[in-house]
Amino acid sequence: MALLDIQDIRIEFPSRRGTRTAVDGITLELNKGEILGVVGESGAGKSTIGNAVIGLLEAPGRLAGGQVLLDGKRIDSLSEAEKRKVRGRRVGMIFQDPLTSLDPLQTVESQLAETMQVHLNITREQACKRAVDLLTQVGIHQPELRVKQYPHQFSGGMRQRVVIALALCCEPEVIIADEPTTALDVSIQAQILDLLRKLCKEKQVGMIIITHDMGVIADVTDRVAVLYRGKLVEQGPTAKILGNPDHPYTRSLISAVPRPDVKLKRFPLVTYIEDVKTTTQIDVATHWLGQARKDFARKDNHGPLVQVRDLGLRFMLRNAFLERNRRTLDAVKQVSLEIPEGEVFGLVGESGSGKSTMARLISGLYKPTGGAVLFDGTDINQLKSERALNPIRRQIQMVFQDPYSSVNPRMRVLDIIAEPIRFHKLAANEAEVRRIVGDLLDVVGLGGQAAGRFPHEFSGGQRQRIAIARALATRPRFLICDEPTSALDVSIQAQILNLLKDLQEQLHLTMLFISHDLPVIRQMCDRVGVMRHGELLEVAETETLFTAPKHEYTQHLLGLMPRLQKMSQEGLEIA
Amino acid sequence: MTSRIKNFFASVADSDVWYSFWRSPSAIIAAVITLAVVLAAIFAPIVSPHNPFDLASLNIMDANTPPAWNAEGSRDFLLGTDDQGRDVLSAIFYGSRVSLIVGGASVLFSMVLGVALGLISGYVGGRLDSIIMRIADVQLSFPAILIALLVDGVARGLLPHDMQESMSLYVLIFSIGISGWVQYARTVRGSTMVERNKEYVQAAKLIGIGPITILRRHILPNVTGPVLVIATIHLAVAIITEATLSFLGVGIPPTTPSLGTLIRIGDSYLFSGEWWISIFPGITLVILVLAVNLLGDWLRDALNPKLR
Repeated sequence: MALLDIQDIRIEFPSRRGTRTAVDGITLELNKGEILGVVGESGAGKSTIGNAVIGLLEAPGRLAGGQVLLDGKRIDSLSEAEKRKVRGRRVGMIFQDPLTSLDPLQTVESQLAETMQVHLNITREQACKRAVDLLTQVGIHQPELRVKQYPHQFSGGMRQRVVIALALCCEPEVIIADEPTTALDVSIQAQILDLLRKLCKEKQVGMIIITHDMGVIADVTDRVAVLYRGKLVEQGPTAKILGNPDHPYTRSLISAVPRPDVKLKRFPLVTYIEDVKTTTQIDVATHWLGQARKDFARKDNHGPLVQVRDLGLRFMLRNAFLERNRRTLDAVKQVSLEIPEGEVFGLVGESGSGKSTMARLISGLYKPTGGAVLFDGTDINQLKSERALNPIRRQIQMVFQDPYSSVNPRMRVLDIIAEPIRFHKLAANEAEVRRIVGDLLDVVGLGGQAAGRFPHEFSGGQRQRIAIARALATRPRFLICDEPTSALDVSIQAQILNLLKDLQEQLHLTMLFISHDLPVIRQMCDRVGVMRHGELLEVAETETLFTAPKHEYTQHLLGLMPRLQKMSQEGLEIA
Repeated sequence: MTSRIKNFFASVADSDVWYSFWRSPSAIIAAVITLAVVLAAIFAPIVSPHNPFDLASLNIMDANTPPAWNAEGSRDFLLGTDDQGRDVLSAIFYGSRVSLIVGGASVLFSMVLGVALGLISGYVGGRLDSIIMRIADVQLSFPAILIALLVDGVARGLLPHDMQESMSLYVLIFSIGISGWVQYARTVRGSTMVERNKEYVQAAKLIGIGPITILRRHILPNVTGPVLVIATIHLAVAIITEATLSFLGVGIPPTTPSLGTLIRIGDSYLFSGEWWISIFPGITLVILVLAVNLLGDWLRDALNPKLR
């Protein structure tokens, strides 16, 4: 008999616009000491299943059918008080964000001890002693000291270890980990996954890991269940599913994961995803879009298009009259690089490495405290008047990370994309503006009908297409992409990256591509720079960097790339 | 153009706010009451049985007539008359008119001032922000009624004597308006600081759009939700403030009485048995303010996704 048995459950969210079925007829089994991966894209219902198992469905969600058995006994029909006993005592939870799952006003010790006292019937002293043991088990150094500290004194990865200790403290039979490493950097992600696997095997706990990340699945799970729009499409041993998937959705999901090992010309076209309108192909080069070059290419500049010289940005953390009392932080330190026309330059680094700050410095959104940014031979920070700056501004555009905040929710798509055209008077009249906006929407694969709608009617990937269309509307020569796909699902990511690649080639754009995701960088870029703590450590041709990294930090990063080697070649070469 | 208007109404009918309105009995009742008072005020010359400001039609013989259901009452004066023979019901209609005009105009004044200062303060930041917010703090440490009294008194002192009567309405609007901008400014400043850092604002900056256009076109439409809620609740406060000032005798002169003035007139007769002169305007005031407040409460809940 399975430890946790989820039988044919159906979860509904009733609303005024009809009932939405989030999870429909899913059956899963979990055994002792086994790690089951639940994978799917956003909206697939994977987190909903986790919440349903522990009886924490968000209102107005309800379990409309099926049952959940723990050790042969139903737990979904228990009273609220009994459910509370199951939660924490027998089923532990690990959530995505370690910052919000700990109480900032209590020490780690009191949080751990309190949980144990509630569930385990032990004294405070015993609980405190056990808390130290637990911290040792999850790999926290000097546990006697750290147990007295508050959550904010721990780093992100350490905090997630504390959360794991909290989930483990009552020796649960089942642990549900909902995106346990998504908020963490790759190097910490690997450590946390190793820890989870080790604990699961040692303590013979059943674990469900809910994630969107195929790398995580390949890394730690024994079996995997693939979800698509609330339905289970496939489940089986991890090696089988990743290596030889039966269902076309699983196949396209796997092929959409950027390959770390080989550079492909294009990302495999993925079927089974939100449909992109196949539009009449516009010959971009002869179109309005492609004619920008003639307008502003300077004849006298033979150097690279973008030159960054000793660029630095220092933030004042604490201002004071005396210099020795001031606290400063160098977000970017003495960075120099050059991007020739038509090149795609990648910047890679972990969070806090200063790569997004670089994007904002180069685009002119931030003013540097040292060094200079030269665009086409002109120092953009020396231009004081708006009038002098505008012709340059128009040539530098940016695509942002978060598709939900990068377009104004109160404006129609037409006005969002037309704004730069109208502002720079790039079209003769309003009719031409509308025609150009229609064409731009065609180019990014949304179709002209999208113009009259508001952003909230579009999905994340579609919004990112709107943002790309807006960036193209000034006819830029230089496009900065700051993590353009990190908020998107893999299948959507593949589409957006293909689109950016095509546009770059057709319009001969120069591009600065920023990402924390090494496989994506490898697919997109000609040259790559590696950043850490605001410093540029290494710059090399993409292939050289990936095959023969010089700096030890680069080697370290490459070693942590999602280990998809477990997937067989067939699994990757489909599509 | 007509299709745009049609679309607008269709989107309103489909919106969540409209949906929650029809599911909130208190909001519907409050809206009906507010609408009734507003309509009565707008059409006061038509619906009033008498014209309380037409001195020729007043008859001192009718003075202090009790309400119609009283044995001594007259069917001509449903809610009785005051000391000069004015019909209380008609006076209430005309009085709500003054109350609503003063309340609405001073809310508008506060809103424009507060939103503008809040936008500038939140967007520019730095020293200007500190100056504006310290002024707001100082003002907030005094009760609004005191500020209004002070401004009103100063304005009266500065104005020439013969203009005081004609200008009193505007002075009142200004003094109530100036006492209420702080709340708008603080709320808008907070939302502006959040919106300012969002990527769509950075994208607009990259296009080259200037700060005034960014504030007007991009930030303002995204911070108006809470402003609407404050404005509704503030309307109730403004009406009360006007009534208080008029009751204290510094507001609207008795020749064109507002609800507050009516209550003051009746106040001196309260203990000699003529209770109706101040009780009925008082009830009207309470019902109006309560209804507006309920509307504001409902709007706050409807616009706050966390409470939904």
